[in-house]
Amino acid sequence: ASLRPPRPGAGLGLPARPPPLQPAPRAALPLLGPAASGAPGLPPLGDMEFAELIKTPRVDNVVLHRPFYPAVEGTLCLTGHHLILSSRQDNTEELWLLHSNIDAIDKRFVGPLGTIIIKCKDFRIIQLDIPGMEECLNIASSIEALSTLDSITLMYPFFYRPMFAVTEDGWHSFLPEQEFELHSAATSEWRLSYVNKEFAVCPSYPPIVVVPSSVDDEALRKVAAFRHGGRFPVLSYYHKKNGMVIMRSGQPLTGTNGRRCKEDEKLINATLRAGKRGYIVDTRALNVAQQARAKGGGFEQEAHYPQWRRIHKSIERYHVLQESLIRLVEACNDQTHNMDRWLGKLEASNWLTHVKEILTTACLAAQCVDREGASILIHGTEGTDSTLQVTSLAQIILEPRSRTIRGFEALVEREWLQAGHPFQQRCAQSAYCSSRQKWEAPVFLLFLDCVWQILRQFPCSFEFNENFLILLFEHAYASQFGTFLGNNESERCKLKLQQKTMSLWSWVNRPSELSRLTNPLFEANNLVIWPSVAPQSLQLWEGIFLRWNRSSRYLDEAYEEMVNIMEYNKELQAKVNVLRRQLAELETEDGPQASP
Amino acid sequence: RRGPGTPASRGRRRTWRRSQTRGPPAPGAKPPPLSLPPRCGRAQVREAAPARDPADADPPWSTSARPRLVAPARREEDQGCCARGRLGFPPGRRPISDRELARRQRLSISPIAPVLLFGEKYAAYTFKLVENVRLVDRISSKKAALGTLYLTATHVIFVENSPDTRKETWILHSQISTIEKQATTATGCPLLIRCKNFQLLQLIIPQERDCHDVYISLIRLARPVKYEELYCFSFNPKLDKEEREQGWMLIDLSEEYKRMGLPNHCWQLSDVNREYRVCDSYPTDVYVPKSATAHIIVGSSKFRSRQRFPALSYYYKDNHASICRSSQPLSGFSARCLEDEQMLQAIRKANPGSDFIYVVDTRPKLNAMANRAAGKGYENEDNYSNIKFQFIGIENIHVMRNSLQKMLEVCELKSPSMSDFLWGLENSGWLRHIKAIMDAGMFIAKAVSEEGASVLVHCSDGWDRTAQVCSVASLLLDPHYRTLKGFMVLIEKDWISFGHKFNHRYGNLDGDPKEISPVIDQFIECVWQLMEQFPCAFEFNERFLIHIQHHIYSCQFGNFLCNSQKERQELKFWSGMYNRFEKGLQPRQSVTDYLMAVKEETQQLEEELETLEGRLEKIQKVQLNHTKVKSKQSEPSKHSGFSTSDNSTANTPQDYSGNMKSFPSRSPSQGDEDSALILTQDNLKSSDPDLSANSDQESGVEDLSCRSPSGGECAPSEDSGKDRDSDEAVFLTA
Repeated sequence: ASLRPPRPGAGLGLPARPPPLQPAPRAALPLLGPAASGAPGLPPLGDMEFAELIKTPRVDNVVLHRPFYPAVEGTLCLTGHHLILSSRQDNTEELWLLHSNIDAIDKRFVGPLGTIIIKCKDFRIIQLDIPGMEECLNIASSIEALSTLDSITLMYPFFYRPMFAVTEDGWHSFLPEQEFELHSAATSEWRLSYVNKEFAVCPSYPPIVVVPSSVDDEALRKVAAFRHGGRFPVLSYYHKKNGMVIMRSGQPLTGTNGRRCKEDEKLINATLRAGKRGYIVDTRALNVAQQARAKGGGFEQEAHYPQWRRIHKSIERYHVLQESLIRLVEACNDQTHNMDRWLGKLEASNWLTHVKEILTTACLAAQCVDREGASILIHGTEGTDSTLQVTSLAQIILEPRSRTIRGFEALVEREWLQAGHPFQQRCAQSAYCSSRQKWEAPVFLLFLDCVWQILRQFPCSFEFNENFLILLFEHAYASQFGTFLGNNESERCKLKLQQKTMSLWSWVNRPSELSRLTNPLFEANNLVIWPSVAPQSLQLWEGIFLRWNRSSRYLDEAYEEMVNIMEYNKELQAKVNVLRRQLAELETEDGPQASP
Repeated sequence: RRGPGTPASRGRRRTWRRSQTRGPPAPGAKPPPLSLPPRCGRAQVREAAPARDPADADPPWSTSARPRLVAPARREEDQGCCARGRLGFPPGRRPISDRELARRQRLSISPIAPVLLFGEKYAAYTFKLVENVRLVDRISSKKAALGTLYLTATHVIFVENSPDTRKETWILHSQISTIEKQATTATGCPLLIRCKNFQLLQLIIPQERDCHDVYISLIRLARPVKYEELYCFSFNPKLDKEEREQGWMLIDLSEEYKRMGLPNHCWQLSDVNREYRVCDSYPTDVYVPKSATAHIIVGSSKFRSRQRFPALSYYYKDNHASICRSSQPLSGFSARCLEDEQMLQAIRKANPGSDFIYVVDTRPKLNAMANRAAGKGYENEDNYSNIKFQFIGIENIHVMRNSLQKMLEVCELKSPSMSDFLWGLENSGWLRHIKAIMDAGMFIAKAVSEEGASVLVHCSDGWDRTAQVCSVASLLLDPHYRTLKGFMVLIEKDWISFGHKFNHRYGNLDGDPKEISPVIDQFIECVWQLMEQFPCAFEFNERFLIHIQHHIYSCQFGNFLCNSQKERQELKFWSGMYNRFEKGLQPRQSVTDYLMAVKEETQQLEEELETLEGRLEKIQKVQLNHTKVKSKQSEPSKHSGFSTSDNSTANTPQDYSGNMKSFPSRSPSQGDEDSALILTQDNLKSSDPDLSANSDQESGVEDLSCRSPSGGECAPSEDSGKDRDSDEAVFLTA
């Protein structure tokens, strides 16, 4: 309550306009984290409910240490959702950190001076020196409690009040009907089905899905019973060029005795043209898929699906990925080791191996569709993780629209949020957390990493830049917006997110935000882009993993220079065009007189 | 090139369309101009914008910069120009548009890129020709390309038979580092040619006898004919002298020393090495402290390996500290030399700001100690007053050679997994060595700029590691060396004039293979690593290092030393260098190219703006002006070139159907092949399966399945791509 309301823009490091006295942060968010980036709303409501968790709401003379910045002394305040450090001087920065962004904390004591090391989900590590042992302990326990709230409805998005004018409601920006209309003109083979309206057929699917026109809802219900989690095959992507499609589903529940389902066979065969064959990409290795049979899962038998060829790829899931992330971040944070050790650790983390594997599978899928002219069905076990990585990356490769900002947003909305990727479970913790839950996994981060790899190889073909990907990563893990809350549409409906929270897209799709997310080099490229997946071509995504361990000053400079070059060019073009027009007008006026 | 929007590509596109509509298109034929190397692209710009005077379109670097190329870059340039097949395809195969003809004519008289039309023109130079040779693509391991091998006096040329591509690979003989004849197989006799520019060619020659012939000829030809025909640094110090006397030098080192602020009250130009009397591997003009008399210098030189006495390499004006270089002292276990001690003292005194100097031995301590047994060694701190002695463990040339070898083996791996690659990279130790060199450079630069102390650097002979370290330190300290001109000066100063054994290290003449080592390659890589970290600090770009050919925009030069960088994680594998012939591995669009095209366009716009303003003014002043009619005619072509370039989204797929095939990596806005290619493929499939295989191979798509680890099975396939079914089979095994 003692806090001044934050001054928008001043001292907050609003992304578009960094405060004058601080070096321009590369991704423009590093000082404050996602919390502040949307101009934090006032949290008084929250304070009431969290009052008992906050034993010491305020401590003076706290010193903040961050790499590459001078230490800042100021007052530390805890609110229901934020940790705020204010130097109480004009024109100096403040730290606004969402509690939900905190992954883990360590505390240390040297005499009366306590030190809290805060490790964030975006991999940043900051240190607070707090005078007074009691204060320090209180602060630490409050942070711990506030950063691990059980109830979703206590999360910040439910308390956040935007301080910007909402011109477009992001909740309605990418409706399934609209998305379907984009290609419904090209084909009548597909239809919208409302069979899952009450989330009864498949709890992790959205109410509206796209299925073959020739299959009725009754058949869909039967197929759902045959697929893991009720995830019957639905349309993921329609390739306009040749009418081929990418579908996704859960694994078929064949079990050990080779159960089959005529409707399932009929459904997926309905997508094939006469005489054509399709591919089924199973994102699990063959032996893993075989083992799944023991648990009632399995894969499509050749005998029952004679028109389909199955390809097994091995994409890891769950704790393997989480371990990989933990090891990678650990290696990136360790400043001590030498070159060989660094390369060794990078290799041992296997992160790039996962990137390569996912990219390779996506390229293969895209290749089947575009070059082989075959439709494909992709699934792993549940069809909510590796499946989505592959389907969405294949679209990045195949479809120019998904390389634009809106198109990419639509892709995330369609292929991740509505397709039922359990963000709540996967992104609950990040690389520093000690309590390792089975369902935590950086699946979405891996996807973003793969997109970044393609972006790096085709720097002119994407409308967005690296900042956009970083932003999505941050908001998936901690956000003031409701977009990434919940595990699927059904949960989001129950939480009434649309009514009670703000959509990330409402904020992002404003010109002031878009300007810093736009790639100055973008030139629409209507072609299929084939990235290289050779190890030589894949790199560590420094913008994420070394973001806090390096100074980005010189890279920022280069970026600025690039923007300037482009802007100057555009400016000249405009000028030249104006002059040309003037000249042309003058000449047409004078023309008849000039030529006798 | 910038691609869809630029005048160049527009010109291309138009040409291509016309030819397509006219005659029966050759199956899978590609638009010819795209196979041109980037430099030739300039000519296309002229073509598309005929209103411009061709004379002023000549790139400023086209003539002046080229003779000064750094060795590896020059090799690339030589090769890169040719490998992409600048011959296009033979006349007559498909109708040539007037414009295309004009282009060829223009190109053929261009001094930069002389285009030889295929056939009689270079038949004269050809003295060996082997047909039905197969060139194995080691990355995609698709079907090998069938073609004809020509040996000329200067090049090995492989021309593919495939009529739609006629792709050519040119290898300069002096580029060849090793030739390996492998055991004859059923298909023929494999010949492996490794080049110094990291290109690897695998040829399969049907007849063993032919193969042997080629092998023998190449072994002989791979030795250079004349120095002048090689890249420019390939002269030893002796030759250097002669060359210099001929006034060959474009870069005046005395100017450079003047720039540093020399001579001054502490440093003077010494003529002690006149006619190379004291040290034959040193330049004649050497800067030494004023207090060092000829007696001291000569005395000191006798106490140093190969008489390489301490001499100035770089003088830091701001605080009078300096970087000096020498070879190791002949100290053995106890020997000392008064003059040498005086020499070091003189260096210290030449810097009033500091009461000590650093003596940096860039060798690992163990190596230096081993040298003591041979009567060489390092300075004993007790004998020299006020020195701080420091070892910096950079390994010797043999370790470096092996390290490079190991790393190249990693690069040559067929579809390695990520772990294979990273493990191999780590195991090669290459990046560790690069880091050691950079660390040494950082140490020296910090000592000079922050501590204000002078530094004497040596290794064993003081011409490899010392050159690397001194030049890295100079680069860090002085923004001038980060300019184009400055960089050349730096190479001239620290490498050429101080007798780096270019000839031995890069094996230009027949010599001891143990003397070969990638010393300057390492330096260049260090520069590249710095460039990655400080993109705006250099006037030149990666291409300058590789091609050294174009320069990009120059930005402000920050003094970036003060920022103590942690290079550990930021050192990267430079695939642009070591895998640069595997175009598929490179980013498909280059920011640099794009920006350069934009820059160029900006410049054109500036010019046009000026002329437009001028004309507007004129018109406004003089209402009736007959010249307007004329100017109007030239206007539209320009107009179409520029105005639409930025908002052009209509890059229809057809234009790129061939782009990918011959020239996949550098063109920024080419994405890839697309529907047009599919169409041509479909045509092909009905008629000629072999061709379809070919066009498929080059689309770069097949690479994916081959490079994926599990795709290893679908790798080398004589039959993959012959028809659709076998392609499917390929996936199934995956």
